[in-house]
Amino acid sequence: MNSIWLAVIGMSVFAIGYRFYSKWVAEKIYRLDPNYVTPAHRYKDGVDFVPTNKYVLWGHHFTSVAGAAPIVGPAIAVYWGWLPAFLWVILGTVFAAGVHDFGTLVLSVRNKGQSVGTITSKLIGKRAKIMFLFIILILVLMVNAVFAWVIANLFVKFPASVLSVFIQIPLAVWIGYAVYKRKTNMLFPSLIALAVMYGAAVLASRVPALQIDLVRYFGGADSTVMFGLNGVSMAFFVWIIILMVYCYIASTLPVWKLLQPRDYINSHQLVVGLFILYAGLVFLQPKITAPALNGAASDVSWFPLLFITIACGAISGFHGLVSSGTSSKQLDKETDARFVGYLGAVGEGILALIAIIAVVTLFATKGEFVAAYGSFAAASAGGLGNFINGAAQLATGIWIPADIASTIVSVIVVSFAATTLDTSVRLMRYIIAEIGSEYNLKPLTKTHVATSMAVVASACLVLLPKGPNGFGSGGYLLWPLFGTSNQLLAGVSLLLISIWLKRQGRNYLVTFIPMVFLFFVTLWAMVQQVVFQWNVFSGTNPSVLLFLFGGVILVFVLWIIVEAVSAFNRDETPPISQDM
Amino acid sequence: MSLFDKMKKIIDLYDEILKNPHRAEIARELRDEDDLFMLLCFSEVVGLPNPAFYYTLELYPVIIEKFHDWHLRMGMEKSPLTGFRCC
Repeated sequence: MNSIWLAVIGMSVFAIGYRFYSKWVAEKIYRLDPNYVTPAHRYKDGVDFVPTNKYVLWGHHFTSVAGAAPIVGPAIAVYWGWLPAFLWVILGTVFAAGVHDFGTLVLSVRNKGQSVGTITSKLIGKRAKIMFLFIILILVLMVNAVFAWVIANLFVKFPASVLSVFIQIPLAVWIGYAVYKRKTNMLFPSLIALAVMYGAAVLASRVPALQIDLVRYFGGADSTVMFGLNGVSMAFFVWIIILMVYCYIASTLPVWKLLQPRDYINSHQLVVGLFILYAGLVFLQPKITAPALNGAASDVSWFPLLFITIACGAISGFHGLVSSGTSSKQLDKETDARFVGYLGAVGEGILALIAIIAVVTLFATKGEFVAAYGSFAAASAGGLGNFINGAAQLATGIWIPADIASTIVSVIVVSFAATTLDTSVRLMRYIIAEIGSEYNLKPLTKTHVATSMAVVASACLVLLPKGPNGFGSGGYLLWPLFGTSNQLLAGVSLLLISIWLKRQGRNYLVTFIPMVFLFFVTLWAMVQQVVFQWNVFSGTNPSVLLFLFGGVILVFVLWIIVEAVSAFNRDETPPISQDM
Repeated sequence: MSLFDKMKKIIDLYDEILKNPHRAEIARELRDEDDLFMLLCFSEVVGLPNPAFYYTLELYPVIIEKFHDWHLRMGMEKSPLTGFRCC
């Protein structure tokens, strides 16, 4: 089958979802009011609360939520064949992610632009706020570990990308200073930065001396470097230490110095990446060689693991943090929430869709696909590499040589992952400080203590699981835990919206059904993995670390379900003021 | 509208999208600097001796609105100044 059909069907479903379903939700369920005075107008301060044009806000929302996660998840999940991943991405986006992102935005707008965390404590209680903080703490810890592994993995597999990624750092600092001190425009310098980065990528692809290949420096994959570590393990170890040192520095700097200018360059990269992939798809029109349903995938069942393997791209709790953290403070009219929130989720769905297409068209035959995706562990370890090779193949459709394209695509993915890593280490620092002040533990509130804890915990977590390439290469084992914590967060946000709708006397099924589904799949997946797989006493694949973290998440799932039932049964008058 | 104007409009929109978060951060940094300046001008109200207070107080009528926002941001519900107060 021609892969362009996947894009056409996916886009059509998204378009119908936006045109009809989101319109119905906006009018009948959320009941958006064009005359409602949004927090952007009511608390206008020129910094956080600024009424913003809906197209600008959508772009900002989309670039904030799109990252490496909607690429990694689908690249692994095609293990069960392209059909389950494709269906979950399009239906998840339309019926779960869309109403979630849209709903958190509306909920926050109706609550003075407050974040989901604050609204949790208002709607459910203070105990729930602590629970919420711990869920985010687990989520950011998983994000740090998984994305550090993603970057180290790509640096080991695609050493040509290292130079461009490191060149981006001084360029971003230069842009930050130029904008802040000299008030120059950002567009032109950031385009120059992008050109320099891609120039370096082209050069490094063709000149091996510019490829920073640690495995080669350590004498190849089979050599023993020190403490019994081979070349690949040692390369992972060194990259992860370098990344963590970088994170420490980057997350303690003011955001305008490094994080934001890099975000600006990354936004160009998102546009370039989407253009290369979709234009390549149109010109190349490759055939789908992967099976619709992979009969050979028998070691791990698709249900319920598919729904946590693809988190971002189908539904993601992280979006609720963006919706309620920044976008809700800038919404000009309440009716714009549909465009910004729902279409923001659709943008992420489009990214996940092309990730699926890139992987399922990569292999020449079905046999090659089945060989590459021989087991779930192989799919998890190799999925991202397959996406990059698949994307490079699509890029040949617009006459970009495959070796250069694979370097550029890996630079794009590493840049996304690095920004996510930097942001989440920063977020983890804030959460540790907040927990410190909540429990009156003063040292935890200090920047360097909190950052050190965040960085050391993340480094330990990513280095401990043992993968096929030894020490440090097993970070992908954490991916299902990342997916679970992300889905849990989404479940909590959907719970809040449902409670709010119920207390308003409206039909809350549009958010209640996805919420029940999410809690059900996360509960099932965690029981299955923690009790039967990672169990240190009788599991099929015992692992102390995964058992411990999985156990903690399982306890959280159960706790949330108890809170949800009690919050739903409480028949209270609305505790939140609607008219502020 | 000519093609050139349309392209210019699209590029401006694109630039504005990417500039949006930076605008907020730069504004926040500048506001922090202004807050420090305000503290230097009105440090007497929080108990820090300021020999120039007699002079800096003359700024008060000019920046009364900024002063109001400042004391709210600093966690003071009501104006810390007695006499002519912003709230």
